[in-house]
Amino acid sequence: MRVTVRLFARLRDIAGVSELARDLAPGATIGDVWRQLAREFPELARYERSISSALNADYARMDQRVSDGDEIAFLPPVSGG
Amino acid sequence: MSCFSRTSYTEPVPSLLAITSEPLDLERIAAVLAASVGADAGADGAVVTFLGLVRNHNQARSVRYLEYEAYEPLALKTFERIATEIRERWPSARLALHHRVGRLEIGEASVAIAARSPHRADAYVTCRYAIERVKQIAPIWKREFFDGGDVWIEGATADPDDERARAEAERAACA
Repeated sequence: MRVTVRLFARLRDIAGVSELARDLAPGATIGDVWRQLAREFPELARYERSISSALNADYARMDQRVSDGDEIAFLPPVSGG
Repeated sequence: MSCFSRTSYTEPVPSLLAITSEPLDLERIAAVLAASVGADAGADGAVVTFLGLVRNHNQARSVRYLEYEAYEPLALKTFERIATEIRERWPSARLALHHRVGRLEIGEASVAIAARSPHRADAYVTCRYAIERVKQIAPIWKREFFDGGDVWIEGATADPDDERARAEAERAACA
């Protein structure tokens, strides 16, 4: 299955792209997507404990399973206001 | 009235909750909030507004300008969540909340909030609560361009279900 991954702020700068597509094995979780990205872009790893994640534009936990066509977003600590 | 569309100030009626790249207008937001209350507006005795501005210094750095970005669909849902939290905790209060994105110069407004209620206490509290919650859970980021470089500002790890953070916002609002 194939998902879209969106990255914001510093995470996007590290990866060099705001959006990418990734193929996953059935049963994969948001955390699996993150670990795959962190292997590709080792600088992301230090965000492991501070990121939030979203599934189809709703906050979601890292152990949540993803489905074909889903949009997954990884969010560094926020600084609005 | 839609609460979820991207607001354009050229639209006749902007949304109560919005992310926009256009300059914020506090008077307009307060007027939209009043209109949304409709016939009950006469029962309200207070409006408290807040405008967050781009400051020219931060942590001993001379700031030149800021760039804001948002994960818009989630940011709008987060604003709706904040409005819902307020309705549950302070049922008579009503909220309008607009956040700007893009490049902002020193002195420009990044966020505008209007809160109204029958009595001033709830209007003050909910206005403060809203900005505290925006800073905790809205998926919005600022990149600071200062003399000598730039840096992404990273504050709180966003977790809307973190009850301790929510209670902290309420404590700050009620202090």
